[in-house]
Amino acid sequence: MTKQRVGARRSTVALKALMAVSGLLMVGYLLLHMYGNLKVFSGQVKFDEYSHHLRTLGEPILPYEGALWIIRVVLLAAIIAHVYSAVVLTIRDRKATRVGSGPRYKSKQNKRGFQRTYASFTLRWGGVIIFLFIIFHLLNLTTNDIAPGGASPSPYVRVMNTFSEWYMVLAYTLALLAVGFHLRHGVWAAGMTLGANTSVKARRNLNVLAYAVAGIITLGFLVPPFAIFFGWVG
Amino acid sequence: MGGLNPMTVTVNTEARTDDFTDLYDLGAPIADTKAPDVDVTKRWDTRRFEAKLVNPANRRKLKVIIVGTGLAGASAAATLGEAGYQVTSFCYQDSPRRAHSIAAQGGINAAKNYRNDGDSIYRLFYDTVKGGDFRSRESNVYRLAQVSVEIIDQCVAQGVPFAREYGGLLDNRSFGGVQVSRTFYARGQTGQQLLLGAYQALERQVAAGTVVNHTRHEMLEVIVADGRARGVIVRDMVTGEIETHFADAVVLATGGYGNVFFLSTNAMGCNVTANWRAHRKGAYFGNPCYTQIHPTCIPVSGDYQSKLTLMSESLRNDGRIWVPKKAGDDRPASQIPEEDRDYYLERQYPSFGNLVPRDIASRAAKYVCDEGRGVGPGGLGVYLDFADAITRLGRDTVEAKYGNLFDMYAQITGENPYETPMRIYPAVHYTMGGLWVDYDLQSSITGLFVTGEANFSDHGANRLGASALMQGLADGYFVLPYTLANYLADGPFDAIDETHPAAVEAKKQVTDRIEKLLSVNGTRTVDSFHRELGNIMWEYCGMARSEGGLLKAIELIRELRTEFWRNVKVTGVNEDLNQTLERAGRVADFIDLGELMCIDALHRRESCGGHFRVESQTEDGEALRHDDEFAYVAAWEFGGDGGKPILHKEALIYQNVEMKQRSYK
Amino acid sequence: MKITVRVWRQANPSAEGKMVAYDLDHVSEHMSFLEMLDVLNERLTLEGEEPIAFDSDCREGICGMCGLVINGLAHGPERTTTCQLHMRSFKDGDVIDIEPWRSSSFPVVKDLVVDRGAFDRIIAAGGYISAPTGSAPEANNLPVPKADADHAFEAATCIGCGACVAACPNGSAMLFTAAKITHLGLLPQGQPERTSRVIGMVEQHDAEGFGNCTNIGECTAACPKGIPLDTISRLNRDLLGALAKGKA
Repeated sequence: MTKQRVGARRSTVALKALMAVSGLLMVGYLLLHMYGNLKVFSGQVKFDEYSHHLRTLGEPILPYEGALWIIRVVLLAAIIAHVYSAVVLTIRDRKATRVGSGPRYKSKQNKRGFQRTYASFTLRWGGVIIFLFIIFHLLNLTTNDIAPGGASPSPYVRVMNTFSEWYMVLAYTLALLAVGFHLRHGVWAAGMTLGANTSVKARRNLNVLAYAVAGIITLGFLVPPFAIFFGWVG
Repeated sequence: MGGLNPMTVTVNTEARTDDFTDLYDLGAPIADTKAPDVDVTKRWDTRRFEAKLVNPANRRKLKVIIVGTGLAGASAAATLGEAGYQVTSFCYQDSPRRAHSIAAQGGINAAKNYRNDGDSIYRLFYDTVKGGDFRSRESNVYRLAQVSVEIIDQCVAQGVPFAREYGGLLDNRSFGGVQVSRTFYARGQTGQQLLLGAYQALERQVAAGTVVNHTRHEMLEVIVADGRARGVIVRDMVTGEIETHFADAVVLATGGYGNVFFLSTNAMGCNVTANWRAHRKGAYFGNPCYTQIHPTCIPVSGDYQSKLTLMSESLRNDGRIWVPKKAGDDRPASQIPEEDRDYYLERQYPSFGNLVPRDIASRAAKYVCDEGRGVGPGGLGVYLDFADAITRLGRDTVEAKYGNLFDMYAQITGENPYETPMRIYPAVHYTMGGLWVDYDLQSSITGLFVTGEANFSDHGANRLGASALMQGLADGYFVLPYTLANYLADGPFDAIDETHPAAVEAKKQVTDRIEKLLSVNGTRTVDSFHRELGNIMWEYCGMARSEGGLLKAIELIRELRTEFWRNVKVTGVNEDLNQTLERAGRVADFIDLGELMCIDALHRRESCGGHFRVESQTEDGEALRHDDEFAYVAAWEFGGDGGKPILHKEALIYQNVEMKQRSYK
Repeated sequence: MKITVRVWRQANPSAEGKMVAYDLDHVSEHMSFLEMLDVLNERLTLEGEEPIAFDSDCREGICGMCGLVINGLAHGPERTTTCQLHMRSFKDGDVIDIEPWRSSSFPVVKDLVVDRGAFDRIIAAGGYISAPTGSAPEANNLPVPKADADHAFEAATCIGCGACVAACPNGSAMLFTAAKITHLGLLPQGQPERTSRVIGMVEQHDAEGFGNCTNIGECTAACPKGIPLDTISRLNRDLLGALAKGKA
């Protein structure tokens, strides 16, 4: 017992739980966000009204944009927690496996191990891509600093303009595929971390849930851009 | 046991004219003076009551060295640590959890009588004495049967996951050689689970600071100072450093010496060095020729073979053993019709059938193979067939019971035992012989205690299945803590340090020997010598032994020894992880032990248990004992390099079990 | 058959290691993998070269002493221990890469031998039930439902070989730690220390420098005893429960 122990509260397991909880918060947000996006099919008035309503939600108890800011703060906290735990754990994992110089194993055979899924491989870099995408996305549709196809005060018009450009559809598609992969492994991992996988059945259910969440969110988010691009909206 | 009246025989402890006095000398008889002179059922209670106690405050001042971390060593280290002694333990593996007790499969006996089938402490005692072919001490065996009950309680409390019935209570099965179900088991991994229980208890004491464990350390010499064992010399197998450790008592729990045969079911590292070094320093070696050949092992497949794999003899509960009736019948098993098969155990032993004791089953397999009826490569194998069991019980049940063993067999042989019968052949498995100890488990060196398979122990000339685990844990958890305390009550003994002549001498013996091994620089590998020794032992000191063969073996072993020290090649240096050097030292000791085993086998002109002399058999070819001449323990004293070993006889006295010719017909 | 092995050779913990190739003729398919290395070592010895150091003891798949990364896979292509792997799993002309377990918590001692002392320290940090000798109640006083006993047994079959760490892309020892937590945590005898056990063992796991679990499952795929991944979920549950109750 010569090695210095840190408390269980700062253990890898606790950090993973932080990552799982913050991730699930974001999943919850994404589901709501996706639901809102689908309002684009109801036309400009409904969509802009919905968008405005988000700002007046909770009034008069909350000030204008109060609810939105609460959501933004919670999300920001979740992102910080998620990234923080990811960075700390990744550094730790690198230390645990970097021995000597060069790759951990010199053999060039079986680089994917026994059964590693593509999703598990892409988790970390996928996460980085998603992070960069979120910044881009906020500049694009929230602040409208990036406005291909033209800026507009109307959220509906912003969306319509953005997805009238093929490269924007492509960019969003790639980003959402990354989100899908991230969620495929992330939702499963969150379940594992929070102690939900305690039987063969639970394991199967968790995997089904992970696929379902990843599939619904990816598709749900991709429907509007494609619909807009092919002119099925408006 | 001076005042007792032996029920049966008095042993002649005089030398006979036809003894091989050019090979050994006859020394004074010895006796176990520690078992109290009372009824066998009361001996242990009496001994425990008479044993001196050590005040808890004084225990902290007393140091104990325990070599080996198998069932006997780990359980003792944990228990003595809990009691508050300062324990230092050593193992040659990289973790105490790897000791070879872990490989025991079948189970552990205990006289719980949970099955209400007539078991009792007395019956377990009786079965063990009989199973040992009347060559064990009644006192020790009775004690073993007594504490067997507590072992199960202890292990369950530690969390050992024994098999259970649907009601949640412990399950039992019957095991080779007995007719009651008294064997507790954890699928086919009982040894593993028991060892992990003991290992965890040991690690708990490591955390508590009462035990210091040194892994990758090999004991190479015992320090006997002023008439007492006071320490050991060990080699750090990573750095090569030769370390000296002192204590008030030394315990050897270093296992058996089956690897003298090169091929055995023992782990690659199992060796006799600790025991042999102690023997050279004055510890008598008891019954070295008693080895157990286990009937259900996977046959040898080629000359590169490094070890043999045992499959639990629990397989004999449902598997049927057979060979073709006709010699040279090389049809595949599936094409040999029922009428051309010889279920030879069921035929010869109708009441026990395939469940006869190990020595009998092994020898029967040898005989049918000698007749040319063996199967598989080289004709060295017999079938163990589960076809009937699968029909009777269903494949699922068979798989639940034996699945892991079947998988292991398939992995090693590449054959599917659900479809084709397994092939099995006997292999060296366990050594009943070991350092001689008294009832307190103390050797003939004061302060040197020996437990588990390392002592000559409680199994006589043959060990019953599921008794080894029982003995190892009995010694470590429940016997040694009392008897060692009795010894330690006289301590702490005068402090000694590395300048003590005995320590200096022991260390020099170790370093000289290592230097010698490294300096030969010959042309033959260590393994080639080990293999040759193994062949000699298996051929002449294996399942059937004869006077001519043993004399020849002794001659061959002596030549091999000369050749070894002239021509062995040990690469590398001492100051490094040097596995060749480790093996060289062990093989050198095995060669010396091999000679003593042959001398012991030669002098014992009777058959008993695992020791079968072809000159001494019944008309049916069964082992024939000569109780009038040989009802004794042969305790051998080291006679010096180049000298003759000295035989001390300890008469075996049976007051409770009538000595009978074993019959399993 | 003829094969080539490329073996990691490293003289001591601080030396630079490298892969060294050796050709072998006349390899029998019935040989075990380690017997193939034995044969090579005999040859190297006679040629005056130092034989390859590797660990093995029982050679029947139960002691957990052996363990090599073969072609990038812990214990090689079959789900078994290295000692139970046979040459029939390879074919004539194969080039086989042989490396030690790689983890900064398992420093290389020499060639293919590593130091797994960290595992003992994790067990010492709580991987036991405190049942001092002599204190045990009658064994059948405490019935254990068969399902729990069987599940506990399954977790208890861990041999502590370290393949989970070698296979894990993060060098995590969670499967090893969780197997013991699950074994003892499923038994009634294990309940009193359940909380302190998980806290102590996880803290020690982290202190040893092992990586964290990202739930990939390579450990359980490499595990020769097939310790299931759900043990890790149980460990997580126990630890989070302990934290929630304010026990740590």
